Formats: sequence, C-alpha cells, structure tokens
Amino acid sequence: MSGNHVIGEAAIRAGCRFYAGYPITPQNELTEYMAGAMAKLKDGTFIQAESELAAINMVLGASAAGCRAMTSSSSPGISLKQEGISFLSAMDLPAVIVNCMRGGPGLGNISPSQGDYFQATRGGGHGDYRNIVLGPATAQELADLTMLAFDYADKYRTPVMILQDGMMGQMMEPAVMPDPVDPKRLPPKPWKLDGADGRPSRIIKSLYLDPAEEEQINWNLAHKYEKITDEIQRAETYRTDDAQIIIVAYGTAARIAKGAVNRVREKGVKAGLFRPISLWPFPTRILKEVNKKVKDFLVFEMSTGQMVEDVRLSLEGKGNVRFYGRPGGVVSTPIEIAEVIEGKFGRV
Amino acid sequence: MMGYILALTAMRDGKNVTYLPSYGAEVRGGTANCTVCVSDEEIASPVASSPDFAVVLNQPSMIKYQGLIKSGGLMIINSSLVEGDPERDDIEIIKIPANDMALDLGNEKTINMIMLGAFVAKTGITTPESLMNGLKEVLKVKKAGILELNRKGMEKGAEYAGRF
Amino acid sequence: MTTQLFSWPRYLKKTAFHYCPGCGHSIIHRLVAEVIGELDIGAKTIGVPPAGCAVLAYNYFDVDMVEAAHGRAAAVATGLKRVLPDRIIFTYQGDGDIAAIGTAETIHAANRGENITMVFVNNGVYGMTGGQMAPTTILGQNSTTTPGGRDQKRDGAPLDLSEMLGITRGAAYIERTAVNSPKNIRRTKKALTKAFKTQMTGQGFSLVEILSPCPTNWKMTPVDACKWIEGSTAPFYPLKVIKDIVTNI
Repeated sequence: MSGNHVIGEAAIRAGCRFYAGYPITPQNELTEYMAGAMAKLKDGTFIQAESELAAINMVLGASAAGCRAMTSSSSPGISLKQEGISFLSAMDLPAVIVNCMRGGPGLGNISPSQGDYFQATRGGGHGDYRNIVLGPATAQELADLTMLAFDYADKYRTPVMILQDGMMGQMMEPAVMPDPVDPKRLPPKPWKLDGADGRPSRIIKSLYLDPAEEEQINWNLAHKYEKITDEIQRAETYRTDDAQIIIVAYGTAARIAKGAVNRVREKGVKAGLFRPISLWPFPTRILKEVNKKVKDFLVFEMSTGQMVEDVRLSLEGKGNVRFYGRPGGVVSTPIEIAEVIEGKFGRV
Repeated sequence: MMGYILALTAMRDGKNVTYLPSYGAEVRGGTANCTVCVSDEEIASPVASSPDFAVVLNQPSMIKYQGLIKSGGLMIINSSLVEGDPERDDIEIIKIPANDMALDLGNEKTINMIMLGAFVAKTGITTPESLMNGLKEVLKVKKAGILELNRKGMEKGAEYAGRF
Repeated sequence: MTTQLFSWPRYLKKTAFHYCPGCGHSIIHRLVAEVIGELDIGAKTIGVPPAGCAVLAYNYFDVDMVEAAHGRAAAVATGLKRVLPDRIIFTYQGDGDIAAIGTAETIHAANRGENITMVFVNNGVYGMTGGQMAPTTILGQNSTTTPGGRDQKRDGAPLDLSEMLGITRGAAYIERTAVNSPKNIRRTKKALTKAFKTQMTGQGFSLVEILSPCPTNWKMTPVDACKWIEGSTAPFYPLKVIKDIVTNI
C-alpha cells in the first residue's frame, strides 16, 4: 500500500465514516481509496465534492452530526480549506485533514515539500486558533498517527491535520494496521446535532456579536490549546545520548536526516536526530531536555526555513541553531545532508 | 510494476523495504522511475543517493540515471530500446534485449519479468521462487497460463544474465 | 366556547425578531416554522442558516441549527444529510449567500440530487452589509454599488438561479413565490410544505425561492416595497413552478 492508501485504511479502521475530497496530485490515491472503502461499508459516505471549499464544509456538516469525518488535499487545496478549518475550530468540531504537501507557493509543482508548516501550525485560516498537527515519517506512523488524529480530534473537539508530503504519500513501506474501531462504540458526543427530540434544541455556531462574549470564546480556545500543549508533545530522539550536534527535521526531511546521521556516525561524527512528531504543539519540552546536553543544532527542512523558528523559540537562545533548506520540491539526499553536517564540524 | 513486485517479494522475505514511485506527469513513458530500498536494517531515506543497482528500460532513463549508480554497482539495460553504452567504466553493465525476447515469448508484457529475472539472478536479492510468489500476489490472477508465461520470462532473463 | 385560530408556532422561539419593519424574513421564518410544526418534523429537523441578515436564524427557529460559512450551507447540509438520512435538513439563505458566493455549492447539491430543502430568500440586495448589489438585483434597480441603477453592461446581468437549478438533473422540485400579499404568502406556505414533503418522501432536492421585501435598503415604505415586488421584481422573476417531478404528495 502507498502511504496515501495507508492513511485511508487507518481512517476507516479509526471509524471514519464520512469523506469528502477533490482531486489534486499527489494525494489522489487517498481519495480513490476512500471511494472504494466507503462503498463497501453500509454506513460510509464518500463524496467527490465540487471544490475543496465544499469538501471541508461537507465534513463540517458530517462532524456536526457526530460522525468521524475526514478530508484530504495537497497544498493549494489546503489553502481553500482554511475557511472551513477556521469555522471547525471556532465551533469546537472535530475533523481530520490530511495535507500531502507539494512545492509552492501558487501552483508550484507536485514534488514533496514542507512549505506549509507555518500555515498548518499557526492556524492557517483567519482568527485566533491553532490546530493539532502531526508529522508522520514512516508508513507505520501514517497508520498510527491517523488513528491517533481521530482520537485527538474527538477528545479535544478540534481539527487535526496530518502533515505529510508527496513522498510519504507515494512511498510504499510495510506497516502493521491497527485493529479496527467500531464507530458505534466510540464515546458519545453529547453536543452533536441529530434533531431536538425530547431535548432542548442545540446550536453550533461561531458568531458572537458581543465582543465580551467573543473574547470569552477566544480564551476558551486558548485554554484548550494550553491543555493540548501540555498533554500531547511527541518527538523521536535518535542517537542523541552522546551527540555533539543534533539535526532537527520532521517527516520526509527527518528520514533523509537520519540517513545522514548514520553516514557521519560511520566517520566518527557524533550526530543525533531530533524529530518532532507533534508539529503543533511543538515538542518544546522534549527538545529542552536534549538541549541540556547538546548546544549545536542543525535544522533541515524542505522549505526556506519555517520550523527553525519553533526550534529557536524552544531553545530560548540556549543553543546554536544553523539552518539548511531545500524548498520547491527538491528532495535532497543523505549524502548532501551529511556534507552539511560535516561542513561545520568536520571529523571529530 | 517491476519495482513493486520486487519490494513486495523482499518484504515477504522478511526484509525492510521502501518503494517510491514517480508520479504525476511522469507516470507514463519518459523517465518514469521507482526506487526500491531493501535492507536488513531500518531504512532511513527511501531516496537513494547512489543506488547499487539500476534497471534501465529506455534511452532517456539511461542518460538521466547513469551517473547515479554507485561505483562498483550494476546497470541492467534493455538493449532493445537503448542504444550505445553508459559513460561509466566503474560499473558492471549487462545488456538484455528484453523487448525482442518478450516478443519471442509471444507477449510484450513479459519485459518486466525478463528484466527482473536477470536482476534477481545477478544480485541474489531474492529467489526466483519468492519472486513468483510476489508476482502472484501482485497480479491477483490464478490463470496458470499468465503465470507460466511470466515464469518463462523470468527464466529467460536469468539465463541470459548468466552469460555475463 | 372559543376556538383558537392563531397562535405562536411551536418551532419558533418566544423571542422578538431583530429584522427591520416590513422585512420579509419575519414572515418567511414564521411560514417555515409553521410548516415544520404542521408536518410534525420539528424533533428531527436540523437547519442551516446563512451569512447575511438571517445569520441569527438559529435564535428564532426552535430546532437544531448549525451555522455555515458564507455560501456553504448546501455543503454543510449535504454532510448532515448523508450522515443522518432520516432527519430533515433545510438551509435558509439569502440571494448573496446562495446565488453569488455559494453558487457552486448550490448547483452541485441540486445536481447531485441531495435530499435536502433550501429556502432561498430573494430581496435583490445585500441587506446586512448595507445594501450593495446582489446577484439578483434587477436591471435599473438602485443599490449602493450600482449608482444610477444596475446596468447590464457595467454590472452584469441578474442571475436566474432557480431557472439554472431547474435544468439540473438532480433537482426534484423548484418553485418561485413571493411574500408581498396574503395570497402570495399562502402560496409560499404551500410551496414550502411541498418542498419539505419532497424531502420527507426521499424524492430529492427541493428549493423555494421567495421574493421578499427589503424596505430599508430599497428605501421604501413596507407597503411600497410590496407593491414594488408586484410591479418590478415579479415581472422580472416570474412566480411559477420551475421544476416539479415530485409524485404522490
């Protein structure tokens, strides 16, 4: 199965029963997989929507009705979905959104890229909100984090984005699929809309004309985000114990960086890898632990430098941070990154 | 398809594998390609900086990828469609007229298995038996005729490669 | 002995409307609530209000409601209906919402034959934002963005959304009515009833376009606004059944 298929199968197993999407490369395998998978389920809905806007708003409707719902796209399409993501966030509605990132801005290209990090981790749409963002790096993580994304979305009543890229989506790699969840046995959603039968009618909305009321809504969201930040920071540390330099990278870039770490280790350079898995909240706490022993950091991204800001913020000036980026859909190699590591530190 | 069969076969053999296809506008013709990593250890990057082996089916691919192969590596070329030699003297080169051999077998679609047969015979990455099992799983066909045809292709490829 | 002939509709909350004097929304809200009550579907109805003057419709309808972004009501309703096929889903939208920013969502929901009901309030003007040109503003009609009246060459032609929807294969029932006279109000209620019944019997997409007065932005008295519909808007957008393939209602 390609990475996109893995996400689709994991979503079905997570109890996702509503998917709406619109064709865009390089994520079409996911849309196609959902079409086939939903058709086999009695309670499943697949809609090829007329636009990304329609797709995300269909997901909003399905979510308001209490259903685990997902949409997916690639960078330009995710820009269109931002309206809906802002509304979902404001309405405390769960949803899972997959961004299979490609080169940008504009139409860009269809090669793997990490240029949407800011958009994903800063909220992306209008207003004062954040979304949980997970950055898988293996097929196994695509499966596991997709399951987790649905759990987080329901638990915190918030949209969760899986931020992968064209390479993760297209790549095939073995993965063990998690056990399926029966959607009927998921925790009840007492806030959902299903008709005011024997209970007072409910409203799900985001309009609060009174500024004092809207301020309270904003603080409610902020408190939720504080809780999330406290509870779900995730990262992988690789060969960091005796490391003198740490490469910080996520997703596809982290795989390339891992190869580079292994290469330079063979030559005696004590390098390690810090791989954020939760991109928002950024795993500041775990990075600070690593920082107690290591001062030199090299951030590698397939962009001109976005996550590097979070690294710098997390380290609060207590580390030397270098950056190396390959934007535009260029996939660099472990050899190239190894050379970058050695460029400064040479042989140890 | 060829890379997918190889990746699946190696996975069934218990190896770590990654399979990364090209996609989008490049999926047909031109330099459509895929990268298969097979390892006993965890695979860091699915992108091969310098692959050990390359199986090259047409002229543009030969030109584009000849420089990537690791020194001491192997390039298997479909000489039915590729003219001339790669500009490398530090790699082993095997030329197999796969299209012609496939036509002799009566089905051009056997090119994949001819090339794979040669590749497996030469590298020993997996066994012919495992490869046939992989093929069965990928094709999802039970028709003995189709499988037999592919087996013949694989054997012809292996036999041809044995001459080098 | 007394007989009660008129009462507060069961599915309207007991709160005063915020709408301007003479605005058609108040009448249409009441009609929709009455129809929901008479069809006894209030306990299983979910409404989707628009962005526009009726954005606060959830403060009035006493049924479950979920807000939609501007123009996206048809998409939100699609999501709701597909998850809850036995519930009754309606959208309530103005002309800007349904026929400008939401055109794509609306046409495709109709064309897919989504089994939902849309209430399309056409007053030819963006009321909430202060009276700008709407897609349905008729030629010659004044608005804050069509000084001197809508000119086809300069501002483009008015959009006959309902007629467009009528030619989609998925639409089952589409009618245009008005609320400018008691007779037309009764016709509107009949059309709304039929639209909801179309959905209840699973026959597909239904929509009622309602020509509605906006005295404030038209800068008229409520009475003149009703007369203006009769003399100007209705001749432009004829009151009629545009599509009806519904059976056995």
